[in-house]
Amino acid sequence: MAISSQDTAIRTGRITRTFIYLVLTLFALFYMLPLYVMAVNSLKPLSEITGGGMMALPQVWTIEPWLKAWSTAQVGVQATGLKPYFWNSISMVVPAVAISTILGALNGYVLTKWRFKGDTLVFGFMLFACFIPFQIVLIPMAAVLGVLGIAGTTAGLVLVHVVYGIGFTTLYFRNYYAVFPTELIRAAQIDGAHFFQIFWRILLPSSGPIAVVSVIWQFTNIWNDFIFGASFSSGDGAPMTVALNNLVQSSTGVKEYNVHFAGAILAAFPTLLVYIVAGRYFVRGLMAGSVKG
Amino acid sequence: MGFLDIDNATKSYGKVEVLHNVDISVQESEFLVLVGPSGCGKSTLLNMIAGLEEVTSGEIRIKGEVMNHVHPSKRNIAMVFQSYALYPNMTVGQNITFGLEMHGVPKSEREKAMDKVARLLQIENLLSRKPGQLSGGQRQRVAMGRALVREPDVFLFDEPLSNLDAKLRVDMRTEIKKLHQNLGTTIVYVTHDQIEAMTLSTRIAVMHNGYIQQLGTPNEIYNSPSNLFVATFMGSPSMNLLPVRINVDGNDVQAETTNGKGEAVSLTFHNPSASLKEFNGKSVTLGIRPESLTDLEGADQRSEHIETINNTVDVIEPAGSDTFVTTTMGNTECIGRMRADTNLKPGAETSFAINMEKVVVFDPETEMRIA
Repeated sequence: MAISSQDTAIRTGRITRTFIYLVLTLFALFYMLPLYVMAVNSLKPLSEITGGGMMALPQVWTIEPWLKAWSTAQVGVQATGLKPYFWNSISMVVPAVAISTILGALNGYVLTKWRFKGDTLVFGFMLFACFIPFQIVLIPMAAVLGVLGIAGTTAGLVLVHVVYGIGFTTLYFRNYYAVFPTELIRAAQIDGAHFFQIFWRILLPSSGPIAVVSVIWQFTNIWNDFIFGASFSSGDGAPMTVALNNLVQSSTGVKEYNVHFAGAILAAFPTLLVYIVAGRYFVRGLMAGSVKG
Repeated sequence: MGFLDIDNATKSYGKVEVLHNVDISVQESEFLVLVGPSGCGKSTLLNMIAGLEEVTSGEIRIKGEVMNHVHPSKRNIAMVFQSYALYPNMTVGQNITFGLEMHGVPKSEREKAMDKVARLLQIENLLSRKPGQLSGGQRQRVAMGRALVREPDVFLFDEPLSNLDAKLRVDMRTEIKKLHQNLGTTIVYVTHDQIEAMTLSTRIAVMHNGYIQQLGTPNEIYNSPSNLFVATFMGSPSMNLLPVRINVDGNDVQAETTNGKGEAVSLTFHNPSASLKEFNGKSVTLGIRPESLTDLEGADQRSEHIETINNTVDVIEPAGSDTFVTTTMGNTECIGRMRADTNLKPGAETSFAINMEKVVVFDPETEMRIA
């Protein structure tokens, strides 16, 4: 990989190269700036921030804002910090990602290897789901959740996110499985494997790259979602994003910017982690789908 | 009734019929090859036997039992695919035993069966590898192992050699033939390669446009093709076809044509049939295999009837084992197969020996064979 990219790289002069790196470094710094501001200010006492000098490094280093944001800040009625809401988000994201990814894989499997009359139409409708703005479904969705008796619960939020996610996960898996050799499915059929056995034993073990794409995509979207979280959760059941908003938007008392910054970083941390851990598989998975397709 | 019966089977996609009333009865331990150009329906027929495609009408029976609506896994068949279709996430050993596992065979028996097959195919040292780490020939062996381990009633091969390079293809061909001789299994084998069909089969079904053009032993197919399609499809270089005029003279029947210089040439038929005499004065298509158009020394010594004509050599193509000589008869290019050490030059005039026992005659209108 490295060798071939070196061979095909356009040869440039020293000056051009320096210029390119200089510009790229500047851009990188520019992009890093918000993170820098958040990080340094979350490690300062509040007095240093209100005294000006937002860009300066802390004179007195403290992790007090972090501790406060995590466990004692006033988010809801009780001074619980963001901690319970973090777990709310985890208990919403994990099942929602898992269920939507598995359903997407199953859909992709059926739409490519067990074709039926009108399958492209079904797929078309599923794709359509990717383009429906969130706001449109808020009221009907609230009605449905009410009928099902899971309004205001984490289960309700999981359902909403699964329903919204299926369109995307189906698209990913369908395109991935479309180039998966059908002869393998036929061979497994002759070997006596049934529908789910073929799926678990043959198809899923070969789906690593696209599963990573689906998981990252779903995790990021669901974790970062605010509108559904704000609409369909209540009080203590709110996800992290809603809690962060409550923390920052509180209209009483002093605005503790350092605590807000720490809270914001805490809220962004899981998605950051997912990208760092699985990022290289993400690109590989996207490539695998595109090149073969 | 045979071991595997294809009884009046038809396949349609919507209103389009792609396979028309196919009737084949395969005996136990027979090696049937379905051969034809791409799109002739041979793979469709194989998939119908396997149960991967529905039979639109007619019946497919194995050991007398109707299989039309039996699931592929319950037909006691095994299939080797063109791409081998090895499960990429499993080791060779797991690939081979997957079918047994799915059929609920206990682990100890599975391993015994795997060892036996691995020994037979000499892949014992590959069992723990993944298919991605194998060469084409090794994959081919594993694919056959996966089929053999099930001890099925019928083996189905779907162009299993087309992905191999030329030399390996010939080696594996011999190996498949050896396997068939040793195990006496019943095999249905699909290929578009007429040499594979000739060398492997005990019987060949030549297919074209969804019809069985001819079903017979390799010898019948090669020497007595039932129509022009079979005649030209089988054999390489393909059969020479030239227009001739039939002239009946008492008991003798002659084919009248011209040589390369436009001089009249007359060939007397060997044991002409009554149906051929009915074409007196009409134009027909004469078929001569390249090996029946040769030099005098190379002519079949056992043939009772050789006709000799003088003709001009147009092109010489040495092929190592033989030399192919192009000449012209009846304004048509004809290829003759001569000895490798022939010292003819292009433009030379020489005597060609035509083995009249082996020539065939077709009606140019119906394309069916007359004699």
